Amino acid sequence: MKTLELKDVGKSFGPVVALSGVDFSAEAGDVTALVGDNGAGKSTLVKCIGGIHRVDTGEILVDGTPQQLHEPRDAARLGIEIVHQDLALADNLDVVGNMFLGRERVNRLRTLDENTMEKLAAQTLSSLGVRTVRSVRQRVANLSGGQRQTVAIAKSVLWSSKIVILDEPTAALGVAQTEQVLDLVRRLADRGVAVVLVSHNMNDVMQVADSIAVLFLGRMAAQVRRQDVSQTQVVELITSGRSGALGLPAESRGAAQ
Amino acid sequence: MTAKTEPAVAEETPVRGPGALRVYIREYVARLRGGELGSAPAIVGLVVITAFFAIVHQGFLSAYNLEALVIQAAPIIVMAMGLVFVLLLGEIDLSAGTTGGLCSAIMAVLLLRHGQSWWVGVLGGLVAGLVIGFVMGWLRARAGIPSFVITLATFLAFQGLTLILIGGQGSVILPTGSPLISLENSFVPLWLGWTLLGIFVAGYAAIKLIDARGRQQSGLAATPIAVIVAKVIGVALLGSAFTYEMGLNRNLITNAFFSSKAQGEPWAVVLLVLLFVIWHFTLSRTRYGRHVYAVGGNEEAARRAGVVVSRIRISVFVICSGMAAISGVVAASLLQSVQSNAGAGNTLLLAVGAAVIGGTSLFGGRGRMIDAVLGGLVVAVIINGMSDLIQGSNSSGYEWVVTGAVLLLAAGFDAVVRHGRST
Repeated sequence: MKTLELKDVGKSFGPVVALSGVDFSAEAGDVTALVGDNGAGKSTLVKCIGGIHRVDTGEILVDGTPQQLHEPRDAARLGIEIVHQDLALADNLDVVGNMFLGRERVNRLRTLDENTMEKLAAQTLSSLGVRTVRSVRQRVANLSGGQRQTVAIAKSVLWSSKIVILDEPTAALGVAQTEQVLDLVRRLADRGVAVVLVSHNMNDVMQVADSIAVLFLGRMAAQVRRQDVSQTQVVELITSGRSGALGLPAESRGAAQ
Repeated sequence: MTAKTEPAVAEETPVRGPGALRVYIREYVARLRGGELGSAPAIVGLVVITAFFAIVHQGFLSAYNLEALVIQAAPIIVMAMGLVFVLLLGEIDLSAGTTGGLCSAIMAVLLLRHGQSWWVGVLGGLVAGLVIGFVMGWLRARAGIPSFVITLATFLAFQGLTLILIGGQGSVILPTGSPLISLENSFVPLWLGWTLLGIFVAGYAAIKLIDARGRQQSGLAATPIAVIVAKVIGVALLGSAFTYEMGLNRNLITNAFFSSKAQGEPWAVVLLVLLFVIWHFTLSRTRYGRHVYAVGGNEEAARRAGVVVSRIRISVFVICSGMAAISGVVAASLLQSVQSNAGAGNTLLLAVGAAVIGGTSLFGGRGRMIDAVLGGLVVAVIINGMSDLIQGSNSSGYEWVVTGAVLLLAAGFDAVVRHGRST
């Protein structure tokens, strides 16, 4: 059974068809890469899964059960967590404050239970093998880009999310930091999380993904296992919607045309 | 969910004993270097300017002047405490001064024209402040009007309302002997002053020790006991010095016919400590306080984490205007009257200046309740010291110039620190 499955999903904004007949799935333990050119519909798809947009047609299944996602809270309740590049963290709070933001632990006197939160935050980071974050009591403003991304990802682990969607997690990172974050993505999947990696970067995708889904002009060109394709084929799918036997039929390319 | 993660934490076992003190000091220095200066600049500034005025002006630190300084600082500090909440969200309330003026005018009218007792008047003023704050917060959060514009409008309008309420006579004198006047003009009995100080110090020590023990039991690095002892002794010494000096008799003539003594701290001090404790607790130990910081730091992150941003935004305006109303009452008590221009002029600027000098950022996300107290004292020391130093017709002119310069200095400092941190 697929942890996350989308069947024949369509979404339009007025006359603009953003998604049409999209099938997509992500399995627990897998890193599923979602790739596509600008405007292919990646963000729209992610927002549909996150409950920010409602789908017009088709259905979204979580653990095989069809679900209605009306707002972000519905997605959170189902264990779906979206990690955005810049929007996830408050600079002026420390690592603990950020990881528990909105879900703070309080003790009997209704005051913040800082000790429990600090312990859980430190445990979560070390369970992910994170060595780069020196103290969980430092402010996020003082962290590097890679460390920030690490904290944002660790937050989803802390809340034992089933499905974690990472939106361009390595876009602004250097080589070493990218490596660290990709390591973390791998470990996240190894813990049994269904990870969806939205990325522009072919190297990242080929390195870490188990499954690759390619969107082309609002339609799913193909979803294939990583070992069945070469990087060239994936690039062809992204740019033209088909590659040899894979991809969309020649006569009906694209929903937006 | 993270039960199988014990071994990795073991390496972080905190150090105890003298080593812990070294670690604590090293981390403090690292924080200072990282631009998290906390209260350090405000404390240094307060000490320096106090020393300056104490040297150039004999009697600056006398009991008589200290009392004047404290009752002058009280309305500024109360208003600054409310402004900290608004500033934490990166908003501004330009109308806090005139809101305080209007609320004190409402109180005075209830008292004198409708013959209500003092507490009905105070309650009326306070409720007016809360309603004003709610409306302004609603306009900001729901209608999306910038707070600068909303509060500029109310700044002007409330000035007019106060003028209308007080009428042509220019001021309304509060009834003599009313507890309202006592707030700033009569004094806590000596025994009660010392008892309250004892309770405060004991409470402070207890909280610090309970915190440290809790962290130790959780296996986290706790504040070294030496640091706690030093802090408690520091607070106790400062409090004792203040209570002792305020205990000296300030009435110059005491004889068989005129035996009343002016000794003890003003009641306003008790009010200040009470308000400080309540708001400091709210900001640092409750979910609400954490959410205020989060919205000020990254509104979008807070929203995605499930914080209802509009509710937080409205609430800070309610708190600010409520505190402005209290500040207005304190100011009325100081003057023993409500003027038709109450809360106008530089009232607001002094309070904003106090918060910023204390270390609260105008850009949102950074600030603490102690900032309002320390900054308010700095402002009061400057005003008080300058008025003693420069006599003559130009004195108030110099006062304004110096206060403006200090405000600009503090805001510039804030911007530089922030710039250094954001890279």
